[in-house]
Parts: sequence; structure tokens; C-alpha cells
Amino acid sequence: MPGEIVATELLSCSYREGRVLEDISFRVERGDYVGIVGPNGSGKSTLIKALLSLVTIGTGSATLFGTPLSDFRDWYKVGYLPQSLHLVNPVFPATVRETVGLGLLSLKRFPKRLNRADNDKIGTILEELGISGLEHKLIGELSGGQLQRVLLARAIVNDPELLVLDEPTAALDPETRDRFYAMIADINRSRGVTVLLVTHDSGAIGEYASRMLYLDKKILFYGSFDEFCCSPEMSSLFGEHSQHLMCHRH
Amino acid sequence: MNLLEILSYGFIQRALLAGTLIALLCSVLGVFLVLRRLSLIGDGLAHVTFGSTAIALALKFYSAMSLLVTMPIVLLASLGILKLTEKGRLSGDAAIGLVSALGISAGIILASVGGGYNVDLLSYLFGNILSIRSEEVVIAALLCLGVMLLVTLYYHELFAISFSDELAKVSGIRTSFINSILVLLTALSVVLAMKLVGIMLISSLLIVPAAGALQLARGFKVCIILAALQGCSSVIIGIIISIMSNLPASASIVMVNLLFFAAACVTRRIIYPKNSN
Repeated sequence: MPGEIVATELLSCSYREGRVLEDISFRVERGDYVGIVGPNGSGKSTLIKALLSLVTIGTGSATLFGTPLSDFRDWYKVGYLPQSLHLVNPVFPATVRETVGLGLLSLKRFPKRLNRADNDKIGTILEELGISGLEHKLIGELSGGQLQRVLLARAIVNDPELLVLDEPTAALDPETRDRFYAMIADINRSRGVTVLLVTHDSGAIGEYASRMLYLDKKILFYGSFDEFCCSPEMSSLFGEHSQHLMCHRH
Repeated sequence: MNLLEILSYGFIQRALLAGTLIALLCSVLGVFLVLRRLSLIGDGLAHVTFGSTAIALALKFYSAMSLLVTMPIVLLASLGILKLTEKGRLSGDAAIGLVSALGISAGIILASVGGGYNVDLLSYLFGNILSIRSEEVVIAALLCLGVMLLVTLYYHELFAISFSDELAKVSGIRTSFINSILVLLTALSVVLAMKLVGIMLISSLLIVPAAGALQLARGFKVCIILAALQGCSSVIIGIIISIMSNLPASASIVMVNLLFFAAACVTRRIIYPKNSN
């Protein structure tokens, strides 16, 4: 299907400790903003890592842009923002500009070189995200919120069609977190970028995402936030009071 | 003996030239290794070189000819470390320790079977840059050229895997291939550097220039340039001090390198007091 960005069919993944994902089947259409939520250990991060070929799929299948994962080579269409605190070595000597430039490598052929147009592109994205003043800072010198923006700039500098974010707000205070979600929503709307965002905060993401995928090794719910809030299955899972607390912001 | 007189000797010119080339290789590769947390790979591969040198000497391959035996073995060992890390459920340091133990024990057994340690084998323990031959200088120059060419061609890929393997993969970079290039180039450099500083001190050529550069560098390229400058300067100054003071060259080189590192730490405290902790 032309509008289908991500599709999985009965996808399962296992680690040594046992099965992490079971029979996951869902589809993400172009322009969707999908919040993937669920409790700790529910397989949220494993699901997106499986979709990015970072962990091996046990059984079932997955496609990106209609291409089976094993044959997928168009990585320039994908932007990825991992949990930054796990990622960044605080003594890594890269400047913000150099770090953002790494996002352009997926567009380059061997030998990969950045030219003047690429440098202009980096300058533009830094400006768009309000971090142009940081370009000569080392990444180890940034605050959590600044680092998150820099890694977001790295993820979108190549104009991806799909943006995948793994708990991007885990280390941020609530105010910075909400600003970050709003920024992603703006990228989704203004650039038409499809977004898959993993978070444990179903209440906050519901305010911005067009669809929610509630995961606990299996998919327990996949639909809009309004449907999530009205879902009797979710009421029986969380209890009506907890469900109301999650949904009251919306 | 004054400096000009020292520099007029052929063996010193060869030592300075080969030493500078090897230091350049080691310090550039060291930046990637330190940031990939593979700092001790030099130690591990040096131990394997010791074992493979024992094999070479047992087979009557001496001097530059011994490289024909040591190079393939050390190259295979470097890939072994990588595979153990990737597939063997071992962390990088454990994989290095495993291969290192295999290398050194094989060397000891072979040396013992072959009638004990001889002078050639012992020279690999502490290095002897002043005995370097013309053909070894040529090999160092060719290898330096090859390694620097590959590092230049794959600079961004090496930068990306040093930053994050995961992000590099999602950027479409063949991380296994680039990691293999990095450890193979390191293995080649270690075999050559053995002659310079020996097994005992080889990792200092890889680690100390990178560690010094990390104190001051503001940018990845700058870090590589600073590491190369520190590595090359240490070798030149170390060799000259060793001749003028009649001290062992390998230890002098390492001590100068460590002094540069200490100076970089102090300079960092002065220039960037907020970021010094």
C-alpha cells in the first residue's frame, strides 16, 4: 500500500529471559503520530528496535515503506532518536554541529563527505530548533533538554519520512517534556513526517499523538486517544479511576 | 654530543622517521579505540604478537621476515576479539583478556620448547627502536600511507560508530565492516609498534595521545589532530632524550607521552575550570 509506512504481521521477539513481544500486528499510515505506551518491560523499546533491525525478529514479519526489513536499504527515509542518556559518552569530543552532521550520512555514498549545502542544512535545522547558539559547544556540555534537541536535529536533518523516538523525554522535567512533545507534533504536522514515539507517559502523549498503541508484550489497544479513553477493555485493565486520570488532560 | 651530531646518525634518522610514522598511526587509531572503549586492544594484540613472534623465530623467520608470520596471526586475533564481543556474549575487555592470555601463554610455551627466551624475543618485550632497519622503515611508511588513506576514506563512518553503533546502523552504515576495518588497522599498527616500545608499553602509544587530546579538543577532527601531534612529538622528544641521557628509548617515549597528558590535564583546568571535574 502506498501510504503504509510500517506494517508488522504476527511479529515476535525473544531474549534469553524469554519472549518479549508476542504476535504483534499493526499498521502505521503516512502522517500518523503513534504513541507507543505500556508498563516497564512491556517490550516498547524492543518493538521499535525490531522495526529498525537493531534486534533480531524471532517469528513473523515486518515491512518499512512496503519493503521487508531484511531487504530495506533506504535508511535515509528514517530518523531515529534513542534514549539520549544511554547514548552519549559525556567525554565524547564532538561539537553540536559535528553531531548533527552525522544525521546526513545516510544520504551519502562512499566516500561520505559533507559539502557546503550540507553545512547550510545543518545551520538551518539548528536555527529551526532554536539551538543555533550551541553549534560550537561539545555535546558533553549540554543540559538534558539541549542534548535532546541536538539529537532530534540529528534525527531530522536528513528530512526523514519516518521519525522513531525511544523514550525521548525520560530525563526531562514535565515542562520541557511537554514542549518537546509539542515540537514533535509540529514536525509531524508541518513536515508530514510519520512519528513513532515510545513513552511510559500515556497521559501526556495522548495530548499530541493521533494514535495510541498500548503494549504489554502483546498489543492490548491500538486506536485514537479518544477511543483509548472510552475503551471498556482499557477500563477493565486500569480501572475507571486510573483511566480517567490518564485521560483528563485530553 | 650535540643535537645536530645526534641527528646525523643513520640509525637515529631511521628511528625518528619510523617512530613518527608509527606514532601517527597509533594516535589516530587510538582516538577511535578509546571512544569505542576498546583501549586495551593494543595490549591484547601485543601479547598475541609476542606469541606469533615466538612462532616466527621457531620457524627461523627473523627481523622484517617475521612480519610474514606475525601479521596474519595478529590480524586473525583482532577479528577474533571483535567476534567474541559481537557474538560471544563477552564485553570488549573480557574478549581482549581472553585473546591476550592465549597469545602470551602460546608465546611462553613456544619459547620454552624452542630452548628458552633468546635475544630477539626479549627485544619484543621492551622494544628497540634504535635497531630498526631500513626495510622496516619502508614497511612503516607504506603501512602509514595505507592506514591514513583508509581512515580518510572512512572518516565519517569511523566517527559514527565511535559516537554510537546503534545510530550508525540506523544511518545505513555497515557497522560490522567498519569495526573490522578499525581492528585490522589497529592490528597492523601494533605489529609495527612492537619494535618501537615493545609489548609492555604498546598500549601507551594508542591510549595516552588520545587521552591527552580528549582533555583539550573541542571537536572530533581537532581531537584526532591533537592526538597525532602529541604522539609524534612524544616519539621525537623521547628518542632524543634517550640518546642524550643514555636511557631506554621505549620508556622515554612513554614518559614524555605521559608528561604531555599531565600538561593537557593542567591546561584543561586552567582554560575550562567549569568542565574540569
